[in-house]
Amino acid sequence: MADQIVQMTVNGRLEQYRIPQHMTLLRFLREMLALTGTKNGCEAGECGACTVLLNGEPVNSCLVLAVECDGATVETVEGLTERGALAALQQTFMEENAIQCGFCTPGMLISAYALLQRSPHPSDQEIKEALVGNLCRCTGYERIVKAVRQAAQA
Amino acid sequence: MINPFPVLPEFEYIRPKTAEEAIQFLQSHPEQARPFLGGTDCLVALRNRRISPNFLVDLKYLDGFQDVIFHPHDGLTIAAAVSMNEMIASEPVKMTYPLIAAAAREVGGYQLRSRATLIGNICNASPCGDTIAPCLVYGGMLAALGPDGKRCIALKDFFLGPGKTILQPNEIVCSIRFPLPPAGSRGKYLSIGRNALGDLAIAAVTILAFPDASQPSGYCFRIALTAVAPTVIFAEEAQRLLSQTPLNEKTLEQAALLAGQCCSPIDDIRASAHYRREMVRVLTGRALQQVWNALQKDVQQEGGNG
Repeated sequence: MADQIVQMTVNGRLEQYRIPQHMTLLRFLREMLALTGTKNGCEAGECGACTVLLNGEPVNSCLVLAVECDGATVETVEGLTERGALAALQQTFMEENAIQCGFCTPGMLISAYALLQRSPHPSDQEIKEALVGNLCRCTGYERIVKAVRQAAQA
Repeated sequence: MINPFPVLPEFEYIRPKTAEEAIQFLQSHPEQARPFLGGTDCLVALRNRRISPNFLVDLKYLDGFQDVIFHPHDGLTIAAAVSMNEMIASEPVKMTYPLIAAAAREVGGYQLRSRATLIGNICNASPCGDTIAPCLVYGGMLAALGPDGKRCIALKDFFLGPGKTILQPNEIVCSIRFPLPPAGSRGKYLSIGRNALGDLAIAAVTILAFPDASQPSGYCFRIALTAVAPTVIFAEEAQRLLSQTPLNEKTLEQAALLAGQCCSPIDDIRASAHYRREMVRVLTGRALQQVWNALQKDVQQEGGNG
């Protein structure tokens, strides 16, 4: 098995890791760093439950190799929460009951956060388009869209 | 029991420093090494054991592979590692080649497009690759690099069948170049899927049309059809009719019918062959109407200005 030494900044901490070359970023975060806020849904880039920020851009971490992130910055739902970046969204998600089982929520929060970073006052259409890659089987999306809209107005 | 979350099979990850080094590695590991860009198709295929390379050769970090270059006289070049999101946001793509941006917006979700690439979509050679048809109607030319050096491949000659292209295993595609669209071009991309966005296309129609005095109708039409044949195809009979017959409502309708007849769709989980054929006719009809309206409006405005 080929391992590789990789330098990566995860949630603000720069560290060196020895990572199997065939390990995905998702598995690295969950299984080596125990950052289980990032969920493993479909592992095929369909559901968005594994969405994290890679160099500031949302990606499906199931479709990124951890060794590709040598020199990169990765932020997960834990890191964004710690630095308060998700506070407004988390508040409106709770107020609007945009959560049922909660499995999709970390991915939803990160996609929504990335949307508000690139477009602070999105239209409903923009919100829906930004969340196309995040599936929720509980809420029917209306409340999620509403929560993002409220956070943008807050 | 089937394990729903099998780990990826083991492979080695190679990050070459130059394109030549990448070619050399591919050349010296036939049938074992595979070029790797965004990984959005490759890693899924690996996980499902549809492919089993021993080496993934990452081309993303090669010099010049991240560039979008536009020359107002020569046209546009999009390099292999440019992500779909970067491409959609690029001004020349939005302003001058809007059909590419329109089709790319329908690929997966935003986070998938952070990684997916246009060249990856092309080399994957899926009959339902969303961005292939716009690249065809804009006359895309691929720049491939192999052991014998560079060669240019017209995109229309690139595809052999589902997942099959004329690219050799020891070649890589470095970029795609588009000439400037002909003066007065108007276009439309229309697709239908199970969802409005993000799903693979059931069928899609891409049309580019422009004034052409050498044609009896005064116009040239390029019509490309997605997900309704083993490769993305041109609706050639419909194109011929529209260039050779005076254009009116009836000609457009007839052209849409011809487009529906020229495809050879399959039944699958997304739609039946019959439905696909019908949708090609309907989408072509709608797109032609919109393109024709835009072309006529241009003529009226020119008349008004003159």
